[in-house]
Amino acid sequence: MKEFLFTKTHEWVQFLNETAARIGLTDYAQKELGDLVFVNLPEVGDEVTVKEEFADVESVKAVSCVYSPVTGTVKAVNEDLLDQPELINSDPYDAWFIEVDHISAKEELLSGEEYEQFIHEEE
Amino acid sequence: MELIFEKSKDKRGCDILPSCDVPVVEPDGKYLRRKELHLPRMSETDISRHYTELAGCTYGINNGFYPLGSCTMKYNPKVNEETANLPGFLNIHPLQTAHTVQGCLEVMKLAEEYLCEITGMDYMSLQPAAGAHGEFTGLKLIRAYHRDRKDDKRTKIIVPDSAHGTNPASAAMAGFSVINIPSTKEGYVDLEELRKAAGEDTAGFMLTNPNTVGLFDRNILEITKIIHDAGGLAYYDGANLNPIMGIARPADMGFDVVHLNLHKTFSTPHGGGGPGSGPVGCRAILEKYLPAPRIQKKEETNESIGRVKEFYGNFLVVVKALTYILTLGGDGLKKASENAVLNANYMMNQLKNTYPVPFEGPCMHEFVMSLEELKKETGISALDIAKVLLDYGIHPPTMYFPLIVHEALMLEPTETESRETMDRVIAIFKKVYEEAQTNPQGLWDSPKNTPVGRPDEVTAARNPILRYTF
Repeated sequence: MKEFLFTKTHEWVQFLNETAARIGLTDYAQKELGDLVFVNLPEVGDEVTVKEEFADVESVKAVSCVYSPVTGTVKAVNEDLLDQPELINSDPYDAWFIEVDHISAKEELLSGEEYEQFIHEEE
Repeated sequence: MELIFEKSKDKRGCDILPSCDVPVVEPDGKYLRRKELHLPRMSETDISRHYTELAGCTYGINNGFYPLGSCTMKYNPKVNEETANLPGFLNIHPLQTAHTVQGCLEVMKLAEEYLCEITGMDYMSLQPAAGAHGEFTGLKLIRAYHRDRKDDKRTKIIVPDSAHGTNPASAAMAGFSVINIPSTKEGYVDLEELRKAAGEDTAGFMLTNPNTVGLFDRNILEITKIIHDAGGLAYYDGANLNPIMGIARPADMGFDVVHLNLHKTFSTPHGGGGPGSGPVGCRAILEKYLPAPRIQKKEETNESIGRVKEFYGNFLVVVKALTYILTLGGDGLKKASENAVLNANYMMNQLKNTYPVPFEGPCMHEFVMSLEELKKETGISALDIAKVLLDYGIHPPTMYFPLIVHEALMLEPTETESRETMDRVIAIFKKVYEEAQTNPQGLWDSPKNTPVGRPDEVTAARNPILRYTF
């Protein structure tokens, strides 16, 4: 199991190798958002840019943006989420949004411990 | 309550027609329906009862307190209906020749002039059908302006993170990309962030002032200057005009284009009762792009962005709004705004020791409370409080908006509520807070007295059933 790294905007990244990674939303994020009812995902081949929005998720309360922790190209999209956005609620670390390759830049990422600390301070 | 189709009985009906006094003609078979129409069959008595029962399930400003923040649910005076029902306004057809509807055109022109006076704008179009439509139209004016000047690099609209959701949506609809900027912790536009975001790709900036937490942005002149210095235009979202009528004008704040919601500020019905009306006003530099047709003696310009609505918008809504303006007069409008601000401040001050108000200081027409602490302590959320209010016959405040406040409840009492009504509601809010501490389960079980309890919003959004199947 590869290590999960985190952003301050509550995304997780799991690097598959130096230039490829999977991205999803953290458990804290899904709890804050509540039951998700809709997900908007990019398409394979789209470019994503560090700290820029690449997807959005909709709960009964609001629509929220999901930001990319890396710059690269979308290699795969988890289409299961389109029909079953509840997977993000039930198993956030399994419910990856996209797989990105050709990663050329990444933001400063937090370790699991640092992220825990960060949410603690946020609260 | 049963659907009308469930109440239907074969062979029932209420079709007592006079005897036929013309020869019966059988239409050609190919024009006949092959399948029977799916219409409910009922007696007139049962139809009448069905709709009376349905009407009883609705809730409006005539039923009780309706503090839906940002929506300005003020009372709709009955005299508005009287004027809108005058035969000369009611029994006209949009394709009538212009010389037979001069009175109606005069009403529209007069309404345009008053709205220009209230906002300080030079010109006004009454065509847009409602607020978001007005935003779209106003943004198209901004687009036409830059395009006309061959300034094609201006593709971005800046929007603060406290904005109404329609702002970024309208900007995207009008072909712009959207830049969100964070607010300061006091709830105002962050000038540094605005300066960073504004540049030669800035087409415009959208703002409500007072903003969505009910504060008048004291840096407003600096804000519009930053946008103008960058070469962009400033858009005033009129959703929150109610506290400043006759006191401050968007044009004097430096805005170039504005939309108004006649169905909020100018007392025409809304909230399922529509239709709305979202006039767009602008400075002279944008006049030639206004939607055509316009009421004026000279020829239309070619640069107009074209029609945004068939004919000339929702005319009778304009008649009602004009009635309101004429009834109150300049001093009356000012007084309405002052009372809207007074009522909101009264409620805020009575409630702020129970429900924390994150942005302190005198508010304008509305204020936002945060139930974040209450939720942590008791598990009772803003939604739970909203639901229990239904049992007390109060329409809940706006929930979970603006997004920058957690567990937000946003109250806008409007000027048309009496002190007695507000005192009663304040007492209920405090009682509900007590119950959250002592009997949270009672709140989770609410509402108990409404036609439906708690709809399963999640399943409804995930697996909506959008059609009744026979």
